Amino acid sequence: MRSMRFIETRAALLFISPWIIGFLIFTAWPVINSAYLSLTDYDVINDPSFIGFDNYVTLFEDPKVGLALRNTFLFTVMSVPTQLVVSLGLALLLNSATRATGFFRTAFFLPKMTPPVAIGILLLMLFNGQNGLINSFLGVFGIDGPAWTTDPAWVKPGLVLMSLWTVGSSVVIILASLRGVPQELYDSALVDGAGWWKRTLRITVPMISPTLFFLFIVDSINALQSFTEAYTAFFGAGNTTYSNDAALFYAIYLFQQAFEFLHMGYASALAWLLFIVIMAITAVQILVTRRFVHYEGGNS
Amino acid sequence: MRSPLVRWSVLSVSLALALTSCARGTGGAAAPAPSAGQFDPGASYQGTISVMGFGATDEIGETRVELAKKSLKGADVKLIEGDLDIQQFLSAVAAGDPPDIIYANRDQIGTFASRGAIIPLTSCVQGEQIDTSMYNKNALSQVTFGNEVYAIPEFNQVQITMANAALLKDAGLTIADVNGSNWDKVTAATKKLVKAPGGKLQVIGFDSKLPEFLPLWAKSLGADLLSADGRTAQLNTPEVVKALQFAVAIYDAQGGFAKVKAVRDSADFFGKGNQYAKNALGAMPMEQWYVNVLNDVSPKASMAFDTFRTPEGKPLAYSSGSSWAVPKGSKNPGAACRFAKTMTLVESWKAAAQARLDKRKAEGKPFTGVLTGNVKADEEIQKMLTSGGEPWDSGVKAVYEANQNTFSLPANPADKEFKDAWQGAVNRVLNGQEEPQAALDKAQKDAQAALDKAWADWTKRTN
Repeated sequence: MRSMRFIETRAALLFISPWIIGFLIFTAWPVINSAYLSLTDYDVINDPSFIGFDNYVTLFEDPKVGLALRNTFLFTVMSVPTQLVVSLGLALLLNSATRATGFFRTAFFLPKMTPPVAIGILLLMLFNGQNGLINSFLGVFGIDGPAWTTDPAWVKPGLVLMSLWTVGSSVVIILASLRGVPQELYDSALVDGAGWWKRTLRITVPMISPTLFFLFIVDSINALQSFTEAYTAFFGAGNTTYSNDAALFYAIYLFQQAFEFLHMGYASALAWLLFIVIMAITAVQILVTRRFVHYEGGNS
Repeated sequence: MRSPLVRWSVLSVSLALALTSCARGTGGAAAPAPSAGQFDPGASYQGTISVMGFGATDEIGETRVELAKKSLKGADVKLIEGDLDIQQFLSAVAAGDPPDIIYANRDQIGTFASRGAIIPLTSCVQGEQIDTSMYNKNALSQVTFGNEVYAIPEFNQVQITMANAALLKDAGLTIADVNGSNWDKVTAATKKLVKAPGGKLQVIGFDSKLPEFLPLWAKSLGADLLSADGRTAQLNTPEVVKALQFAVAIYDAQGGFAKVKAVRDSADFFGKGNQYAKNALGAMPMEQWYVNVLNDVSPKASMAFDTFRTPEGKPLAYSSGSSWAVPKGSKNPGAACRFAKTMTLVESWKAAAQARLDKRKAEGKPFTGVLTGNVKADEEIQKMLTSGGEPWDSGVKAVYEANQNTFSLPANPADKEFKDAWQGAVNRVLNGQEEPQAALDKAQKDAQAALDKAWADWTKRTN
């Protein structure tokens, strides 16, 4: 019996060995190497020189780290709930549709296929304070729209609105979860006289809470790592001389340190700080939201 | 007691640590200098040389690349198009598999040289018998680091004043009011030219082109942002502060930078819907190549040109541009050197200019010139210009006059950080986050710290 288990374990390991090797080379090694590099002064070209925890001391004294963290947190706090609410709303609409659901599901998902760089460029065009489509639309209602892309106060709200361009994947995931809610629960609620709003709050949301929780965690991690759209719009080739500090996200500052200033050691320390921050936030999210998530067969 | 999970974990971590211990750069001091014997003007080359960061996308590039290919007497040329990707380039150097030659901005050369990413071209210049006196002095000094030439200058860029003549006339102004020679007049002209009915900006009166042109405004007051030896930042001198205050005030007089930038971004800059054709801009200092763009897409635009002028009325331009450099580890530095030489020879530029001239003639358009880092080539090309009538002839004249009156920032080992420091300061002022003096004080501190560290690292590597 024991030797059978050994043979099975060996076979299993053998079958997943390509993944293990890939993981060791392309994930584990870079991760551990970056931990080592975070303790060095390294410019890519020359040998790294060991400097102990100097990089970590520097990052706590660097005002741009604080600025980048604040920007990133603010963007995350604004974008994640907005994305979840909009995704849920669209998924509920799609769930109610009886015809052409497949078409709309595809239509909602298609923008997700847009490369993030294109979204960054699109942001500059749609949200231009002078003649962008968004302000033209607002103008129809007599609203004089803000300078979304150049006024520091409106840069992050603009980026949050632009992030809604890619909610399609969340919509599809929530829709799949909605389809799994037992119809008899709604039938019972109807018999009890519950309206649409009550059914949604008391049945739909609790029943799909694991999915919402999953999206909450994943969207938060993505938001904390935001880079491409903001970089393209405010720090990329088209805007090389004008960078808006309001869009300086943590990942952008990390990239600048690594590949523009060639401070690879410092950038590695920044990466580890981000890792710790994301871990801490995720842990807090799990602890705080655990009681609100309903798992079938579970206690909560 | 040890579970397979623990054993595998230990094995994984051990393997990773073993691999980590191999982490190294290519190491060592500044890039080694090849001997002059490697560069023989009579030598033939085989195989393919790879060129990173350059695309022969027009007749100027195509003609010279063809000549360069011929000069190699056998070797082929593979172009890796697009702007130079620093990440890709340095990774390739660190991995020991760099391109044979790179096309880089001249302001990047000091940083690359100080890190040992590119090799000095002293031997290349001697071996291939390249006459460096033909290159623009400013351009050459921008690629000279530690008393050695590290790159061969290519194109040159200078600024001139470009204005909408119709808007000027309507406001009772002339080009002299916006050419920078009198800052009070520029401010007054800005206020006359700007149009913002109901607070909505429609016409930018004057664009002082911040943040990129702060060095130009500062230099017109006699201030350099960086000392001639590239070691001392001079960002918070009274002249630089004054220049920044003035250039920002220009935007404030028009409702603030956010509004001006939004209008600036909304123009079809390279197309027929450009800001001059649409009467959305009064005047601005701008690089000379935009004369060609405007002449091409808006030949009937009502334009007026002049050089950018100091308060004393003297022409002034901030020179920048591109260059050719040979990476450390280039497999064929001899061919790379020949390629760089041929691409920038007077004869090559003349052939390219002829190709442009022929094309423009066929299109019924004037040949407005090409500005290179080669003064002799510029002289030759200037003789080939064809008249486009006014205002274009005045524009071309201003370009060549500006080219005679340039300054540039010297090579230094922390160019990107230095630039980031002063441009960040300008951006903070434009965004209303800081006052000019405070922003430049902070920039001075940051820039000097970056320069000190970079120079110290270079000294450590080379000693």
